[in-house]
Amino acid sequence: MRGFISIAAVIAVLAAVPLVIQSNATLNFLVVTLLIALAGQGWNILGGYGGQYSFGHAAFFGTGAYVTAILQVRYGVNAWIGFAAGIAAGAAVGAIIGGLTFRSGLRGSYFALVTLAFAEVLRIVASVAPIAGAGVGTLIKLDLRAQAFQFQSRAVFYWVILALVAISLLIARLLERSRFGVWLIAVRENEDAAMALGVNATMVKLGAMILSAAITATAGCFYAQYFLFIDAGIAYGTWISIDALLTPIIGGVGTVFGPLLGALVVKSLGEGAKLVAGDAPGLDLVIYGVVLVLVIWFAPRGLIGAVTDARKLMLRCSSRSVREAADG
Amino acid sequence: MAEPLLVVERVSRRFGGLLAVDAASLSAPVGRITALIGPNGAGKTTLFAIISGFLKPSAGSIRYNGEEIAGEPPYRLARRGIARTFQIVQPFAGLSVRENILVGSHLRHRARADALTAAEQVGREVGLGDMLDRPADTLTVAGRKRLELARALATEPKLLLLDEVLAGLNPSEIRDIVPVIRGLCARGMTIMMIEHVMQAVMSLSEHVFVLAEGRVIAEGPPSRVAADAAVVEAYLGHGAAAKLGASHAL
Repeated sequence: MRGFISIAAVIAVLAAVPLVIQSNATLNFLVVTLLIALAGQGWNILGGYGGQYSFGHAAFFGTGAYVTAILQVRYGVNAWIGFAAGIAAGAAVGAIIGGLTFRSGLRGSYFALVTLAFAEVLRIVASVAPIAGAGVGTLIKLDLRAQAFQFQSRAVFYWVILALVAISLLIARLLERSRFGVWLIAVRENEDAAMALGVNATMVKLGAMILSAAITATAGCFYAQYFLFIDAGIAYGTWISIDALLTPIIGGVGTVFGPLLGALVVKSLGEGAKLVAGDAPGLDLVIYGVVLVLVIWFAPRGLIGAVTDARKLMLRCSSRSVREAADG
Repeated sequence: MAEPLLVVERVSRRFGGLLAVDAASLSAPVGRITALIGPNGAGKTTLFAIISGFLKPSAGSIRYNGEEIAGEPPYRLARRGIARTFQIVQPFAGLSVRENILVGSHLRHRARADALTAAEQVGREVGLGDMLDRPADTLTVAGRKRLELARALATEPKLLLLDEVLAGLNPSEIRDIVPVIRGLCARGMTIMMIEHVMQAVMSLSEHVFVLAEGRVIAEGPPSRVAADAAVVEAYLGHGAAAKLGASHAL
């Protein structure tokens, strides 16, 4: 129960933000941060809980974004239906990539490289396919009505993405407490031992891949509705693959709040670096990079991992002193 | 007498030019402890890997409960009731002892609460009751062997394959764990164990198969097998039996 209360508390605090801050720039920053947190949570399901490090989550993000946009622009489909179709299409791409890679037994860096290759192929296809607008990109017509999934106020967009993040947190928490989640973690820790205990490792990984793809695709669908423009470099670009894996790694892989915390930290650092560096070109990226190296150096299991490690260390020390006292 | 729970018939496994298991046949009768012994490199672990589905046999048949199971994947065999432990222990290092056992108990219990109860019970049974919340990677070798056993037991197997669960333990640790294994057998579980600790093999099992260079060279009650000339030669080298016989004659 405590696990769900913490989610409710975090979401309640974040939901109150637009009531205090009305600045469009700040809200815009927070919307993008939550969007990255959502994409990162998708990566976290497969990479964090399942130990399968994908370098190509752009494949799902981009598919979600493109399907949402193309259905509206070319086929006049309602935006909400397009949104749902985008999620389904992302999940389908996850099923295809997962089916091909896991059934052929690709693990570790081979899996990472193949996912990267899939995302790149999709990017190149999207940059030449006429239906995707080829090099020009796809523009969704401005139509500020709720039934078109467009809102006048930034705050509404903020609450929508916050609700999606809340759902993703709930999914991660429920996963941790389900049989499927226990099996997924077992596969991450030791695939052979898991199989000896009756776990169908291929199916478990495939299931995680589909769930993971659906969540990251949701972030892509939202991106299309929020910015109303996508092209191949945005939707299928490596930036989103990197952001999706960096946020949980910095925040804490295989933890419910890791991606959200990681996104807040990474995006704040990025903005902060821009403020400090001012107009010096590239200096913000240098600062950003140095901070990343420091985090990974001193907290290899992420910020949440560092906290739990410290707690465990204290526990171990205290239990040792108890034992020594008993022996003495 | 009823058919044995496990019947392995003329199973072979080839790795390129090496015949690791060569037409080996053995069986495990219901509710008994059967031992599989043999010198290093005899193919014991390979044979276990074949029975538990981690390797496919190149030839031969494996029947479990009267059904052909050769080549089935390990997770399906686990569902049928075959559990194994690994010679090189494979704990889920990042998880606690309880969470390790939980992976196994979830096989028969979908609901988390039931699975946790079952896991705790198994943990106590093998003597890990006080360490359930310890991280698995902080256990001693003896603790890890117990954990390996606990996870396998949590899947509620009918046939338990134990790959050197006593290796690396000191005599007092062996004394602690032998009654646990005997208790499982008393509950009707069928056990097949690979073991090097002969004292344990002698005291636990009624029937021993001896594997050497991939072939079953002898079988029978432990005392008879230990005196078998072919077995002595397999362990000590060609001509050893004759020399031993000669020294006895003197």
